[in-house]
Amino acid sequence: MAEIAANARHDPEAAAATRRYFWARFLVYAVLTLFAVIYLAPLLVVVFNSLREQSDIARNGLISLPRSFRLDAWAQAWGTYCVSGTCEGMKRNFFNSLWMTIPATLISTLLGAMNGYVLSKWRFKGSEILFNLMLLGVFMPGQISLMPWAFLLGKLGLTNSTYGLVLIHVVQGISFTTLFCRNFYVSIPDDLIKAARIDGAGFWRIFRKIILPLSPPILIVTVIWQFTGIWNEYLFGVVFTSGQQQPITAALVALTAGGTTARAYDVMSAAVLIGALPPLLIYLFGGKYFVRGLTQGAIK
Amino acid sequence: MSTRDLTVPVTAPATPWRQRLGTIVPILVLAPSLAASFVYVFVFTLWTLYLSLSSSSLMPTYGFVGLDNYASLWANRRWNIAYTNLFLFSGFYIVGSMAIGLLLAILIDQRVRGEAVWRTIFLYPLAVSFIVTGTVWSWLYNPVDGIQAFVRGLGWADFSFALTANRNTAIYAVIITGIWQSSGFAMALFLAGLRSVDPDLIKAAQIDGASVSRTYRKVILPTIAPIFLAVAVIQIQFAIKTFDLVAALTRGGPGVSTTFPAIYVYDLMFQRGQIGEGAAAAMMMLAALAVVLVPYSVWIVWRRRAEGRNG
Amino acid sequence: MSALMIRDLHKSYGGLEILAGINLEARTGEFVALVGPSGCGKSTLLAMIAGLETVTSGEIWIGDRLVNSVQPKDRDIAMVFQSYALYPTMTVRQNITFGMESRGVPKAEQAEAVKRVAALLQIEQLLNRKPGQLSGGQRQRVAMGRALVRDPKLFLFDEPLSNLDAKLRVDMRTEIKKLHHRVGKTTVYVTHDQVEAMTLASRIAVMNQGSVQQFDTPKRIYDRPTNMFVAGFMGSPAMNFIPARFTGSTSISVRAADGGDATLALAAPLPAGAPKDVVLGVRPEHIYRFTTDLKSRKPAVEPMQAPVELVEPTGAETLAVLRLGDLEITGRFEPDDAPVMGETITLGIDMSRACLFDPATKALL
Repeated sequence: MAEIAANARHDPEAAAATRRYFWARFLVYAVLTLFAVIYLAPLLVVVFNSLREQSDIARNGLISLPRSFRLDAWAQAWGTYCVSGTCEGMKRNFFNSLWMTIPATLISTLLGAMNGYVLSKWRFKGSEILFNLMLLGVFMPGQISLMPWAFLLGKLGLTNSTYGLVLIHVVQGISFTTLFCRNFYVSIPDDLIKAARIDGAGFWRIFRKIILPLSPPILIVTVIWQFTGIWNEYLFGVVFTSGQQQPITAALVALTAGGTTARAYDVMSAAVLIGALPPLLIYLFGGKYFVRGLTQGAIK
Repeated sequence: MSTRDLTVPVTAPATPWRQRLGTIVPILVLAPSLAASFVYVFVFTLWTLYLSLSSSSLMPTYGFVGLDNYASLWANRRWNIAYTNLFLFSGFYIVGSMAIGLLLAILIDQRVRGEAVWRTIFLYPLAVSFIVTGTVWSWLYNPVDGIQAFVRGLGWADFSFALTANRNTAIYAVIITGIWQSSGFAMALFLAGLRSVDPDLIKAAQIDGASVSRTYRKVILPTIAPIFLAVAVIQIQFAIKTFDLVAALTRGGPGVSTTFPAIYVYDLMFQRGQIGEGAAAAMMMLAALAVVLVPYSVWIVWRRRAEGRNG
Repeated sequence: MSALMIRDLHKSYGGLEILAGINLEARTGEFVALVGPSGCGKSTLLAMIAGLETVTSGEIWIGDRLVNSVQPKDRDIAMVFQSYALYPTMTVRQNITFGMESRGVPKAEQAEAVKRVAALLQIEQLLNRKPGQLSGGQRQRVAMGRALVRDPKLFLFDEPLSNLDAKLRVDMRTEIKKLHHRVGKTTVYVTHDQVEAMTLASRIAVMNQGSVQQFDTPKRIYDRPTNMFVAGFMGSPAMNFIPARFTGSTSISVRAADGGDATLALAAPLPAGAPKDVVLGVRPEHIYRFTTDLKSRKPAVEPMQAPVELVEPTGAETLAVLRLGDLEITGRFEPDDAPVMGETITLGIDMSRACLFDPATKALL
């Protein structure tokens, strides 16, 4: 190696190419860094503000490094901050969101997996048409269903309740979960199902013993999709619940709209982070699988 | 052939009910979801369609008034602003997020170090709700506390950045925030597309002497053309359904300058008690979606058929 | 007694007819190969025997049971798939026991059966691995183990060797043959590879376009193909088809290389009612370099002139492409005695092994 390098004659063209390569790499990283700053800045601003003192924010504006680290704002936002008369912070709404999101995610994922299994491995005459029909639900704007839901929830006695929101999100989510799972299961070879049928396994045994053990990649995608989607949903939350029953997104809007006087940025920042944390955590832990699964067939 | 006396009674075939159960179980499993989807997609749509043709105001009533609600909707200045905003927003939002998404995907595709870190940074806004994004950006746009104050504090005394305070520019605040939120998603899809291009194709282009930019323009991007369309269609859907972002960012203001159809539907139905007209507005949203999605679906079906024919 | 009997079996999807009246039979312990080009319906037929496809009309008997509407699991069959269809999340052992578990076979009995099959196929050391950790040949063995453990009435193989590389394919072919000798189960084996069919089967059903063209022993199929399809499909390189015309009751003439006609004497007199124009079918190995010595050993050999267009040595034999009028025919020669490119040789065609076909019906005369 060293010998070759020593013997190599100076090649101006190669040197120019090396220089060009260096500058090209520099440019790539420079642009990426610029965008990374733009993407991270809002998050950093909120995190800093949740740790700063309100007086500091009032004096120096929102964009500034924290001069103190206090968790008071978090405690207030969680448990004692007052929104329109009640002083319970966000904790109630946080749990509303949790008790809405977890059951809705699990139920819609389970249904989606079973539907996808039927629509890919137990096709019958007309099943493709039924699949396309279910798919239409993916494209429905929520506004179309507002009045019918209002009527239906009223009839079922589920107005202003978390259960009502669970119902809405399950029905709305089925189309997505079915689409994801069906597209994934289509790629499982049919021979496996045939072999299992000859081995004497029936519908449910094949599902439990063969399909489900193969499903984690798509179930991760589906759960992440549903969890973040339902947790972050606002329209149904604000329309069908109020006050104590609101999920956290609706409560956040109420909280940040409320202060007409000096805005308590520290508490609001902490509240916003509380509202953003669960899907962020889910994404940080599962994002790798999510992107992989999404591009493997969920979006097609 | 062996001789077989066919009159010999044979073992009975499997009991019919068991066999029938075998074909019924899958349908039974599908039935509840199917019924729910049917109600959700068709019954709800027809219901809202009917409401849009009725005289419903505070409560749903079923007096038939024909297209009156649609006429009064289109006569309304605020609705026209909303619809114009939708087009303006959709255009900039889709082009912007796709352009930035593609740029980031191509940069990451240059075998950069720490790819996972970059990807995570650009994609995390996707996990956050529009409510959170809108709230935080509304603070940043706030001239007194946000970016304008920060830059002025650095010494640039007459710097001005108050998009949300001006009714002519507020819509751009919504567009910028929307792009910020979703260009990472476009990046992820583009990156997956870039990675799916046959590496031999790129090697062939390099050996043919094509520069990097020429290779991208002439070889790689054309092969991932379907992804452009898919990303665009997904983004248009986001755009048409946009409600949360505006609700948290500008609440439709200043004045009515950032009203969107989704916001207006909500206002008509739940703030002003004009359910009939609200339903008409919701139907117009559905129409806008259909204008985009029907041709796209037809194209997808056509392409699948064509692929089926060719191989 | 026959272990499998198929009577006038039809299958159609919508208006498309896949199988048009299949009649087949496998005697107990017999090895039947279904062979044909892709799309001939052989895999559909196998799936129908397995119960994975419904019967449009006709009858399928396994043993003395009419199984048309019997579920796959109740047909007492086992099947090996082209893709092996090993359950990817289960170990080899779990793959093999899955069927017994489904049927509620006691654990001890399962363990016993696994032991027996693992020893038979020499896969004891693989039992705790997952299919993803196995090589192609090992997967193939496990797939057979899963089928063997059942001790079924009927074995079904769906192109089990086509995913293996050439050398392994030959090894496994031998293995399957040995296994069949040892176990002696009735087997139906689908393949598109005519060599596999020839080497393994006791009888071959050659299929094309949804019907059985010929169902006979490998030797009969090779020597006396009932029609031009079977003749062309079985054997590689394929049988040469040479248009010919009767010139007398015991001779035909074919167009020779120089444009003139060459007359060849037939080994047997032509059948009554044969058409004037026929197709002469000659296998490449029945084309020789003509010598008087050869004529004395094989009296039915007829000479004719042909230039050599191309020579393809394969090692064990040398193939030569010869020009005959507008036609190219292939001959198979001993490497030491092979013609040279550009040379014009005198061919000897062994008329006692040649077949004559009716060009209109494509059937053997």
